[in-house]
Amino acid sequence: MNYNWNWGVLFEQQYFDWIVSGTLWTLYLSIAASILAFVLGSVIGIMRTLENKVLRFIATTYVEIFRNIPLLVQMFLWYFVFPEVVSTDFGTWLKQDMPNPEFTSAFFCLGTYTASRVAEQVRSGINSISQGISQAGYATGLSTYQLYMNVLLPLAFRIIIPPMTSEFLTVFKNSSLALTIGLLELTARSNMVMDFTFQGFEAYTAATVIYVTITLIVTLLMQRVEDKTQIPGFIAKR
Amino acid sequence: MILENFDFDVILGSLPFLMKGLKVSFYLTFLALIGGIVFGTLLALMRVSKFKILSYISMTYVNFLRSMPLILVIFWFFFLVPLVIGRPIGGFYSAVIAFTMFEAAYYSEIIRAGLLSVSKNQIAAARATGLSYSQSMIHVILPQAFRNMVPILLTQAVILFQDTSLVYVVSLRDFMTTSVIVAQSQSRLVEMYIFAALVYFIICFAFSFMIKKLQNKREAQ
Repeated sequence: MNYNWNWGVLFEQQYFDWIVSGTLWTLYLSIAASILAFVLGSVIGIMRTLENKVLRFIATTYVEIFRNIPLLVQMFLWYFVFPEVVSTDFGTWLKQDMPNPEFTSAFFCLGTYTASRVAEQVRSGINSISQGISQAGYATGLSTYQLYMNVLLPLAFRIIIPPMTSEFLTVFKNSSLALTIGLLELTARSNMVMDFTFQGFEAYTAATVIYVTITLIVTLLMQRVEDKTQIPGFIAKR
Repeated sequence: MILENFDFDVILGSLPFLMKGLKVSFYLTFLALIGGIVFGTLLALMRVSKFKILSYISMTYVNFLRSMPLILVIFWFFFLVPLVIGRPIGGFYSAVIAFTMFEAAYYSEIIRAGLLSVSKNQIAAARATGLSYSQSMIHVILPQAFRNMVPILLTQAVILFQDTSLVYVVSLRDFMTTSVIVAQSQSRLVEMYIFAALVYFIICFAFSFMIKKLQNKREAQ
């Protein structure tokens, strides 16, 4: 194997700045998309557990559509197709005047896609709570809204902290797909360093170390959240 | 509204080219699936092994690969494989290696859970009848573990099929890349991307549906 090592390349001003700005874009996108996914996913997940057939059907259709189309295709649909199929005025605005079109498209794409996965977690969290608790809630005179807000959701959201952590980490990794529509996030930047310097090892190692480190930090942080929010005697400690 | 002049001819005209791409997608999925399960089984066996060092190596590998984005893994292998082998072996095989190594990390977790789902008494019983550790693994534990895992392994295969679209970033001509090539060369982005989404959706939905049927049938038994 012939390879000229040059770790110094990572500390040349230009490439260093690229990696830093790439990391920041990756973080912005992941955090923004996670928030959208959490809110939208919770609504859809709750809809899937309701009695109302219409709401349940809408939620199920949403999940099936978003889960069965590759994320890359969805990225292209948001970025290239969406502005063409909406009304002409809105489409023109999207194409010409919308600030940061790559970021905004990637945000909606990742957020709505991940929402379909979050929804499944929320649904299984709610379904894992024993029926007796819902019945007890209704028996004390709670409305469905009150039952969800005061009893089911506080329990369900605690139960799903571990799977939700991995969903957030999935958003973080999936944010790299935004490079296909031109957002210069971390993976794109490391690949640019590779293209400019041919120091593939150094460039990809930098990105890898950053991804692994952030993953570790998030995992540890969420572990603490899990410990802090635990109800004694209710949810088995892992 | 561009949907009023939706151009079906561009899709019909490029069908043979797109079918070639779809074949590449399926072939890549198939090879990576086999490779991923074989290597994933090895990783899972290492993980449950009584030799701490093997268990540790496997755990590190899995956690490492699982915290990396697939696109970065693809970039890594397209850069590393020719460097290690000493000559280019073509994009397709680099992709097969990259997906095998990446998917194995996910498969090994599924397979490990499957191994742990087989009761401990089974291995004790197998050992008591005089089978060695590897014999009881191969003839007793693994067959039962795999039977339990079939639905979730297949679900992961659907995810793998969707993931193969990412070879677009290295311009390997799978279904996604061929769709993009047609879209750009004919300036028909809307038609081609909606068509690509439909094709992926139908394949994945049909497959997921069959997996659900299989699961229900098993639960009924």
